[in-house]
Amino acid sequence: MKIALFATCIVDAMYPQTARATVKILERLGHEVIFPSGQACCGQMHINSGYMDEALPVVANHVQAFEADAYDVAVAPSGSCVASVKHQHPILAERCGDAALKARAEAVGAKTYELSQLLVDVLGVTNAGEQLGSHFPHKVTYHPSCHGMRSLNLGDRQLDLLKSVGGIEVADLPEADQCCGFGGTFSMKNADVSSAMLEDKAKNIESTGASLCSGGDASCLMHIGGGLSRTKSNTTTLHFAEILASTMAEPVSVTGEVFVGKGGKR
Amino acid sequence: MSGVFMGMPSLPVFGDGNLHIDEPFPAAAHRELGNTQMRANLRHATHTIRDKRIKVVGELPDWEELRDAGAATKNQVMANLPALLEEFEKNFTARGGIIHWARDADEANRIVSDLIKEQDTTEVVKVKSMATQEIGLNEYLEEQGISAFETDLAELIVQLGHDKPSHILVPAIHKNRTEVRDIFLAEMPNVDPNLTDEPRLLAMAAREHLRRKFLSAKVAVSGANFALADSGTLAVVESEGNGRMCLTLPETLITVMGIEKLLPAKEDLEVFMQLLPRSSTGERMNPYTSLWTGVTEGDGPQNVHLVMLDNGRTAALADKYGRTALNCIRCSACMNVCPVYERTGGHAYGSTYPGPIGAILSPLLTGIKSEENSSLPYASSLCGACFDACPVKINIPEILVHLRGEDVDSRRGEKKLPSQMDLMMKGAQWAFSSGKNLGLLEKGLPLGKLAAGQDKKIKRLPGIAAGWTQSRDIPAPPSQSFRDWWKKEHQSEATTMKQEK
Ligand code: SF4
Repeated sequence: MKIALFATCIVDAMYPQTARATVKILERLGHEVIFPSGQACCGQMHINSGYMDEALPVVANHVQAFEADAYDVAVAPSGSCVASVKHQHPILAERCGDAALKARAEAVGAKTYELSQLLVDVLGVTNAGEQLGSHFPHKVTYHPSCHGMRSLNLGDRQLDLLKSVGGIEVADLPEADQCCGFGGTFSMKNADVSSAMLEDKAKNIESTGASLCSGGDASCLMHIGGGLSRTKSNTTTLHFAEILASTMAEPVSVTGEVFVGKGGKR
Repeated sequence: MSGVFMGMPSLPVFGDGNLHIDEPFPAAAHRELGNTQMRANLRHATHTIRDKRIKVVGELPDWEELRDAGAATKNQVMANLPALLEEFEKNFTARGGIIHWARDADEANRIVSDLIKEQDTTEVVKVKSMATQEIGLNEYLEEQGISAFETDLAELIVQLGHDKPSHILVPAIHKNRTEVRDIFLAEMPNVDPNLTDEPRLLAMAAREHLRRKFLSAKVAVSGANFALADSGTLAVVESEGNGRMCLTLPETLITVMGIEKLLPAKEDLEVFMQLLPRSSTGERMNPYTSLWTGVTEGDGPQNVHLVMLDNGRTAALADKYGRTALNCIRCSACMNVCPVYERTGGHAYGSTYPGPIGAILSPLLTGIKSEENSSLPYASSLCGACFDACPVKINIPEILVHLRGEDVDSRRGEKKLPSQMDLMMKGAQWAFSSGKNLGLLEKGLPLGKLAAGQDKKIKRLPGIAAGWTQSRDIPAPPSQSFRDWWKKEHQSEATTMKQEK
């Protein structure tokens, strides 16, 4: 299958290793990955902050970039960006009175998948240890991000994939379905409330004794990881794609320069 | 009859009364977050109701279908509101009821107060009602020398405590029982001075106090949960029985109801009587459901009035993307699951309607331009828990985003100096509207390291981003973006291929 990678702006700029891990996983399964070079951002930050006029060219750019190449499906390692592409793009185009863009956005949205959705529903991966050779001998807990959980109905896809990784120990996170408090510009506009939510999330994560909290959205993980780092916690965050990409021969290095925190007790 | 409904007014009239907030949400939230007792009470209470709701909702195999049916009925009501209102008016009037139409809070207050004065009394008993809170009826009546006694236990606690409700269903949710006992001891006439905080004893004290009021009041004021167009029937759903006392004992009954509360026919109650109690209190059924249709000679109130309240509802109805907010049946499920509400409590929302529904309903009713109300649509992380819980499937996150758009557009229209946020969004628009631009910007990533400390973390950001770094670090950016890495990888591939040729 020819798969177009939508890296998302935050992964592209801040967490390139997450995108590299995504490529690794897909190539290991024998698929061809392409990177449509016109891509930038899904426009979610603009839309969610109410800047619809500013969002329109961003959305138009995404649609255009993902129309430029021929491919079977597009994938992003982010539930919220995929939710934006699928649900918000058509609504925004309609609101701005651009019916043609709406139809094009719907077509791109229909071909776009979140990583675990693609792996489980399309590529039939149910056992990462066996099918991907994933190996990650650490104690991990998992936070399901809101948009993946509620807008995309990902269910336990990410968690089940994590549990099937060789050598891993997955600890249940108390109150897992509670929002971590990120919410894009919410964390700036209502910083106090956001911090209070983060505090509870961090407490729950630490109560599991895991050295890492995994998830499927780089932005939530940056927020959670940033909070853990500020309190000098031994726990840090890591995207589930990187855990799936980790093998015995090529273990993921979790002490890389862009990680917040010391990288846990490893 | 004081007027005839003429269909939708050509210009939407926005609502007033207790819908306007006077402090922006972030400031109010900051203050409320400091109240640790309130936060603990609230966390305990909301989590208990949450668990109960999930349990009883799980018992129904057709819960999703019920939600769909509820949403469909309400959408149908909103699409045919003028015709349904006329049908209701005809049937209500034919049964001896009298209808009054009120455009806004002020008109509604005057109508109710005049009706009470006609009965030559200065005391009324009240059934808990959001509509009368919205218009500030109790305060208005007080100015007119009329005392209104709340008879719902929680509402009574709030009233005696000179406090404001913080939840639409459990107005005293922010108080624990020791606090309740202290309020009773200080404010309730003839209370046993040895009263303890045992819930049973507290309830008995309230009961005795209220019984005296029920038996002496000539006039009762209520709200309504539903109005059935096909028969002109009104319905109140409650759990204590105080409502039924008010609805049956006094001579005069005045109901104040938002015009959106209509249901086409009595069969529709079947769906809503399942959706409402399970969503609100986590009960299979509420203990008391009272239905009344006009006047029955020799039985119950002989003067039956209904004030139909607009107060911004037609304006909300005119908003294509926001109108489903009027489908709300005030069950409070959304606030019980909201992580923001759980931490700030209802007072932070500064309006009669707190929580997720308040964050959309208040600005819809008052217009987004009104004062501080424009800060309400931002009081959410858009986590979507409210949408999941809502029995009539109101897509609250989508309406929040829509209203944020309205707010930004309205400020844009006023041509104010651009805020920091405006400038940031403009800059991001440039970066995000082409792969080339973003690529260029990413070339500067290594510079980000300068802002980071030795531990490769950024600990303080300026301006509007400062809030982020109050409790979080930001990692120093990588030396190379994914885009650059990809280009290099694939360029070298291309070069190798060329060399091999
Ligand atoms: S918005 Fe939905 S969940 Fe919230 S109070 Fe209204 S009906 Fe209940």
